Amino acid sequence: MKITMAHGSGGESTSELIADIFEKSFNDPVLSKMEDSAVLPGAGRIAVTTDSFVVTPLFFPGGDIGRLCVCGTVNDLLMSGADPEYLTCGFILEEGADTEDLRKIAVSMSRTAREAGVRIVAGDTKVVEGSGGVYINTAGVGFVPDGINVGASNCREGDAVLLSGSLGDHHAAILSKRMGIENTIVSDCAPLVGMVDAMKRSGVRIHAMRDVTRGGLATILNEFASAAVCRIGLDESKIPVSPQVRGFCGILGLDPLDMGNEGKMVAVVAPEDAERAVGCMRKSRYGKNAAVIGRVEAEGESAVLLKTPIGGTRVVGPLYGEGLPRIC
Amino acid sequence: MTDVRPFLKNYDGPPVRLMEVCGTHTAAISKNGIARMLSPAIRLISGPGCPVCVTVTAYIDRLVELSLRPGTVVLTFGDLMRVPGGRMSLNDAKAAGGNVRMVYSPMDALRLAESDPKNTYVFAAVGFETTSAVYAALLEDAESERIGNLKLLTSLKIMPPVIDWVCRNQGGVDGFIAPGHVSVITGCKIYQPLAERYGIPFVVAGFEGGQLLDAIYALVKLRGRPRVMNLYPSAVRENGNEEARRAIRRYFEPCAAAWRGMGTIPGSGLMLRKEYSRFDAGSAGLDEDCNFSPGCLCAKVLTGAISPADCPRFGRLCTPQTPQGACMVSQEGSCYNYYISGRGSK
Repeated sequence: MKITMAHGSGGESTSELIADIFEKSFNDPVLSKMEDSAVLPGAGRIAVTTDSFVVTPLFFPGGDIGRLCVCGTVNDLLMSGADPEYLTCGFILEEGADTEDLRKIAVSMSRTAREAGVRIVAGDTKVVEGSGGVYINTAGVGFVPDGINVGASNCREGDAVLLSGSLGDHHAAILSKRMGIENTIVSDCAPLVGMVDAMKRSGVRIHAMRDVTRGGLATILNEFASAAVCRIGLDESKIPVSPQVRGFCGILGLDPLDMGNEGKMVAVVAPEDAERAVGCMRKSRYGKNAAVIGRVEAEGESAVLLKTPIGGTRVVGPLYGEGLPRIC
Repeated sequence: MTDVRPFLKNYDGPPVRLMEVCGTHTAAISKNGIARMLSPAIRLISGPGCPVCVTVTAYIDRLVELSLRPGTVVLTFGDLMRVPGGRMSLNDAKAAGGNVRMVYSPMDALRLAESDPKNTYVFAAVGFETTSAVYAALLEDAESERIGNLKLLTSLKIMPPVIDWVCRNQGGVDGFIAPGHVSVITGCKIYQPLAERYGIPFVVAGFEGGQLLDAIYALVKLRGRPRVMNLYPSAVRENGNEEARRAIRRYFEPCAAAWRGMGTIPGSGLMLRKEYSRFDAGSAGLDEDCNFSPGCLCAKVLTGAISPADCPRFGRLCTPQTPQGACMVSQEGSCYNYYISGRGSK
């Protein structure tokens, strides 16, 4: 079946679509009440975030827009130190979208939400004219445990900079699919609950965290360096990049440091906790290649410097321009 | 293999100025942090090797005009989108309702044109010998698949005449890191006449950090000698790729070409042959060039007369966020690369 303008009318067709696809897939008692808001228990420090997903293609090696829209928002909550609890989702469907695709997307969302331990508790659907596109907004709510204080400005001299795995996989997978290039690159799209929980539980003093999405590692570390007025030194040979992604980047003139990921995080932690933090990451199924990639070398100046494998040094700037296409 | 790094760091012989004339080399030198590994007596300067940077404003203006014409879609590489034209950039034109689409490969153009026969697709065909070979392949396919709604707006350049121009007009270059990709097509022997005319070495280099260091080392050692050396033998042969050159010759012929900052250089460009003019979107006569903004020293940067950091606008008024000229826009531009890798600062 194809989505028509009637599916966005707010009438019977809308109800049918919601009942048939979203309610069935998400299967949550609060959501199923179909009230105007979800009323939920919770108290303390609340983290709230929202993100919209407009990726093409909808399905790609290693994931789909459904998995992506859950991971993106869950990871944003995690990175602020929160334990993610609830998600909402808003669908904007273009006329002509395929309901079978939509079902696959919803099932994928549900599966990913279960994996991440969050509930999808509210939603909305709109249909607009167009040619079959699917766009999803998710918002998330989480609770920040006592004693957790994560923020870019907390980076301190001596801190270790950790990366949870290889760079660029998601970006390269999406680009390859779009350009019709055949390779074995698979998106890294994943919820990072496991590794963040493990670090928190083992008492790692996490000063700053970010998931490495659009803008890439280069942009994030520049943001850290500006916020904390510190100089971050990286060792390029320690930064994991898979040979396939490296080759792909070489051909297209892309820098893995600028590329987006959907299942990788960078953490700045107290130096004594670095080894333990790497251990926590590596124990998670999405952190096998985690590594310490650099240090906060000094405070009082804002810069990110990279030691290259041949022994040179260069400044790493944030990503400029819009040469890179949208990937999420 | 000897480690050339100590030599390059401690070199205290006569000062050497070496020019790279390939945008990908410019980017690789920045990316590997090579400038800081060299003795102050070895200076690297960037030449006119970034195809986007050497494109004149008349060409951008023509693309803008085409994009705003109903029934015409302009296809371009991403780098060209933000280059300021006389009136506006392609990005501005797109926001104003112009039909501009970014592609990654000229071959994408075929599929787009084929699926939409009502519109004419114009590919912004900029580039040097390497890319010209790809455009020739594109035209070959367009011919055999009888795709009639695909045209090129060409601004194609060839390397040796502009190297000659730099040596003659600029001087002060003690050796060239010869372009890697271009040489795949042309072969390395095309540099021999230039080496002899100006008594300087040319070394064809690959794009890895170590390969570039080896090339710099070789150039310093060969200083003052008219030698051509191929340090990229895995990709470049003495005679290059004859088949690719034949394809280029089939569709294109040499012409005078306008270069940003250098004016028109005889025999330095390629244009579509008369018998293929049906593929031309009006490329002739696009010679006019104006400064994007008063005070922009792009022209001097492109010819290696000054280093990007010597331009008073560099890093202040002119940054990748607020580019005043093409050299700060393109990812192969020398100003962009100096800026992002901190080569401008000490």
